[in-house]
Amino acid sequence: MTFREAIRRKIVLAGLVLGVLFLAVYSIGFRMIYTEISLEAAAAGGSIASLLVLREMSNFLLLAGLYAATFLSVAMGALLSADTLAGEINSGTIQTIVAKPLRRSDVVLGKWLAFAGLLGLYLLLLAGGVVASVYFQSGFVAQNLLRGLLLIYLEALLMMTFALACSSAMTALATGGTVFGLYGLAFIGGWIEQIGSIFNNQTAVQVGIATSLLFPTEAMWRRATYEMQSAVSSVLQMTPFVTLSVPNMVMIAYAVLYLLAALALAIRTFQNRDL
Amino acid sequence: MTVTAIDTDQLRKVYGEFAAVKGLTLQVSQGEVFGFLGPNGAGKTTFIKMLLGLVKPTSGRGWLLGAPLGDRAVLARVGFLPEHFRFQEWLTAGEFLQLHGELLGLEGKALKMRIDGLLDRVGLTPFRKKQLRTFSKGMLQRVGLAQALLNHPALVFLDEPTSGLDPVGRRLVREIIQELREEGTCVFLNSHLLSEIEITCDRVAFIKHGEVVRVLSLDSLADAHAQVTICATGLTEAILSDMARWGRDIHANGQEVTLFVEKDDAIPEITRYLVEQGVDIYSISRSRQSLEELFIETVGKDGGL
Ligand SMILES: Nc1ncnc2c1ncn2[C@@H]1O[C@H](COP(=O)(O)OP(=O)(O)O)[C@@H](O)[C@H]1O
Ligand SMILES: [Mg+2]
Repeated sequence: MTFREAIRRKIVLAGLVLGVLFLAVYSIGFRMIYTEISLEAAAAGGSIASLLVLREMSNFLLLAGLYAATFLSVAMGALLSADTLAGEINSGTIQTIVAKPLRRSDVVLGKWLAFAGLLGLYLLLLAGGVVASVYFQSGFVAQNLLRGLLLIYLEALLMMTFALACSSAMTALATGGTVFGLYGLAFIGGWIEQIGSIFNNQTAVQVGIATSLLFPTEAMWRRATYEMQSAVSSVLQMTPFVTLSVPNMVMIAYAVLYLLAALALAIRTFQNRDL
Repeated sequence: MTVTAIDTDQLRKVYGEFAAVKGLTLQVSQGEVFGFLGPNGAGKTTFIKMLLGLVKPTSGRGWLLGAPLGDRAVLARVGFLPEHFRFQEWLTAGEFLQLHGELLGLEGKALKMRIDGLLDRVGLTPFRKKQLRTFSKGMLQRVGLAQALLNHPALVFLDEPTSGLDPVGRRLVREIIQELREEGTCVFLNSHLLSEIEITCDRVAFIKHGEVVRVLSLDSLADAHAQVTICATGLTEAILSDMARWGRDIHANGQEVTLFVEKDDAIPEITRYLVEQGVDIYSISRSRQSLEELFIETVGKDGGL
């Protein structure tokens, strides 16, 4: 039901339009850059070095596309759930629903499942579009693609679930502010950690880890890029997507636990709330 | 065995420092149409929300249809039209009812037929496929009412059902309440519109500052508070004091006497007595104290603020 609800709403429509637009621009952009580099490679006589550059360029562009897809999915997740409980509590819509013979926890779980499904589809569309676009134009496929995409999905789910928890306690606006604020913090923390590891600055790395613990979204993205990054760029460390300080498996497990805790919190807060 | 539809024992809700409902004890029988009357902010909505499990009581206990508050199975037999509601605007009227029916555990053909019947009853059949965002307040109120009746409830809560309705809509609500009464449904009607309550309810409770100040049956209102005004000449002090046999609060003002009688039967008896005493009667009239007068008397002119 929430699924249908979401589809009727403008957020999803806006998300889809944005997504399709993005894919179109991305494909054209990729084509242009790729053609350019291919020509250069051909001019260089197809040497191994130039082929390598071509490959690395594809990898880089793929990650850039995925990065944008990730951001769109994360934003979609946050917007979907920011308004759902808060908005329905505020408008009183929730009253007739909770006065039905349902568990309140089922109301929250139902929404979560619907959003998780929706986000999955959305990500599949965007990321799938990016991957397909790169593949059909250059034949390039990143390594560990599935693992990377799952991590990105986890990131979007985290954002959505955390927003749902906030939404059960606060207004939609406050929820939006909180989740995007934390997301931004984690993003900056991630960079501090990266730069810290270049200069071997332990404090900076620890600050980064601390922000990841606070909100592990960015850490998931970095792990995802680490998985999908070709060995060469990792060694050369030459693009912004090269991950220097790699979040380990413990961080991933932590993110999963974080997600479950946020969901439990959402349910609990909603159960104890006067409507 | 009859189970009380609503039974509460010292139900109380405190928001911060402020007690919205102060230890409310009330019993409503099945099949009764019960009016819950009080000024704005008296705690009427809060009381209903506690009964429906939307708001957690701070203390006290309560039962709906024999089951303790918060029992989900009972909610399948209860209907609710909230006060300030906005429904999912992107749904059409039909989808909205379908959704709420499904939430109640109804399905298939039975649900579809019920929806058809209710849409027809509230006069919205032509708008079945229209999105709720295009509806007027009155139309929303009607869909809301249909929603509250989907499951043939044994108990319906209507929180200010006629606010926002035009006279035709109000009349529709009244008729539906009458039908519910005939079907034996218990209706709990929150309102500050006295005439509505007066016409539809069997019993009313007056509530003020979160407390019930008075509960009375409306039949008894009709009897107990009939006021008789007599215009006559030849009334003596002795005759006036004799009339105390039939009524109370006797006031004489020149040729006009007013008194309150317990039963309408008293009126012909008084007339006969006065004629026997040689009093010349020019007119006798009876008026009922309206619920409104009683409301003001009970709750106070300040409206309980
Ligand atoms: N969630 C809330 N938080 C604080 N005060 C509330 C809340 N809900 C209601 N109140 C207060 O409780 C009182 C009773 O409200 P309500 O039950 O809506 O009255 P009524 O329905 O009789 O008009 C009001 O004074 C209102 O301000
Ligand atoms: Mg109210």
